[in-house]
Amino acid sequence: MKNKRKKKWIINLLKYVGLIAFAYVFLFPILWMVFGAFKDNIELFSSMSLLPKSFNLDSYVTGWKGTANISFGTFFKNSFILVGLTTIFTLISSILIGYGFARFDFPIKKILFVTMIGTMMLPNAILVVPRYILFNALGWIDTYKVFYIPALFGCYPFFTFMFVQFFRSIPKELDEAAKIDGCNSFRILTHILLPLLKPVIVSCIVFQASWTWEDFFNPLIYISSTRNYPVSLGLRMNLDTAAAINYPALLAMATLSILPIALLFFFAQRAFVEGISSTGLKG
Amino acid sequence: MLFNRINLRKRGRRNQWVGYLYILPWLIGFLIFQAGPLFASLYFSFTDYSIIGDTNFVGLKNYLTAFTSDVNFMKSLRATLLYVFGAVPLKLSLAFIMALILNSKLKGIRIFRTAYYLPSIMGASVAVAILWRFMFMKSGYINTILGFLGFRTFDWIGSPSTALFVIILISVWQFGFAMVLYLAALKDVPTELYESASIDGAGPFRRLFSITLPSISPVIFFTIVMQLIAHFQDFTAPMIVTRGGPLKTTYLYGLLIYDNAFKFFKMGYASALSWILFIIIATITGIIFKFSNVLVYYRGGSNEE
Repeated sequence: MKNKRKKKWIINLLKYVGLIAFAYVFLFPILWMVFGAFKDNIELFSSMSLLPKSFNLDSYVTGWKGTANISFGTFFKNSFILVGLTTIFTLISSILIGYGFARFDFPIKKILFVTMIGTMMLPNAILVVPRYILFNALGWIDTYKVFYIPALFGCYPFFTFMFVQFFRSIPKELDEAAKIDGCNSFRILTHILLPLLKPVIVSCIVFQASWTWEDFFNPLIYISSTRNYPVSLGLRMNLDTAAAINYPALLAMATLSILPIALLFFFAQRAFVEGISSTGLKG
Repeated sequence: MLFNRINLRKRGRRNQWVGYLYILPWLIGFLIFQAGPLFASLYFSFTDYSIIGDTNFVGLKNYLTAFTSDVNFMKSLRATLLYVFGAVPLKLSLAFIMALILNSKLKGIRIFRTAYYLPSIMGASVAVAILWRFMFMKSGYINTILGFLGFRTFDWIGSPSTALFVIILISVWQFGFAMVLYLAALKDVPTELYESASIDGAGPFRRLFSITLPSISPVIFFTIVMQLIAHFQDFTAPMIVTRGGPLKTTYLYGLLIYDNAFKFFKMGYASALSWILFIIIATITGIIFKFSNVLVYYRGGSNEE
């Protein structure tokens, strides 16, 4: 008995050691970036040590100024506006559309629903050229309308699908009871169902905010003037335009650029994991 | 049963127009931002459309050009296929193995789950691409370590034989999203199955192949399809880390479309390229769907819901 317990203890210890070693390897690039921002150009590549000799913030100060007379303050402000609007509009439209598909029976609903699922598999690349032409004709190029107007019209079917799956998991009796009490369908949504949706809402915000924040391809195509650049384009510009790259300064800005997403993830973590596992994404 | 259905129909009919009201935004968005562009892109693919100048109908010329005279297309296709079929299996295998390991009742396991997920939330960001570029460049950190350990240093990003490997590594590193989906699915596998299998004398490998894999096969299927579609279009890492080089060995399809459409302004040709990509993706997805009938196991016919 004692032997068995001892054996289990050793196995657990080995598991922890393995898990920590793996985690170190996988997180090493991120750690290297975070600590690298405190080093100088020479120390960054010549020193084996992960930890910097001293924690000086010079790189953050130089990095923040940027290279083309536009500071990262502008890029961050742009990103917050772009991501904020797109995420809020995605959330609102996905809830409404998801509710429509999950709770109502109307002609050709099945066909429409399958069509929506089908668009999830449509490669973005195929829409890019005509969308560019369309947005150009509408005068939306170089504005964030390109991102948030499609969001308002439910053009991110992944999230609509998430909400449909979650609505389906809520018993219909709940709606029926509220209906008998005289609630109309919109009131049922806002007063009865919305509070239950919290985990999916959190997942939707985390995913859409981080995907939009990190997006590089679409801003590259649609945003043309430097003062409108989001962080992703700002970083790329600082990487390419500087005559001699100040590596630690770029690492400092790279660290700052993933900070909002990391914070969002940490604060939302519990609800977020619950959201993924309850949406039927798992099949 | 029949009574139930009639009842449902009646209730549905009363609601039907309200339902349309809720999905109206999607209907409009779908027509303007998805269906419209889709048909427009098909039309453009048969023209020599470019932002400037006249547009002429050229028939199948764009498609023929791609397969017969565009060297970049062939190079890009080769790089993309190598990338997709290198990265996706590696990434999903790693996600599955890590999910199996993390699906234990160790204390503090949640912290490890978060740690392994962290690279994934940074996903395709420019920050991550920059960071990998600095690590793998000629004077980068990887070579510093190799040099210190007495190995020969290597130009990882500058050599045709290893550049794609770095891009694949960046993708595999972000296995966390699939891992979280697998973890959620593993939690749903009924424990009675394992218990009765143990009684019947099934070892751990037998249990893995006879219970675990079939039980979560719908999720595996879902992740394979989604990852394939996503990887065929990956753009940020090759654009930032290698810029498609050296010798176009990392010139992934996204770069090819981007260059043709927005650098050379050959938008008609770019549209044709995007349709070729679409056909490739659809064919591969179709094959996987075909196999899924045999290989994917749906408990209690839950696929009919």
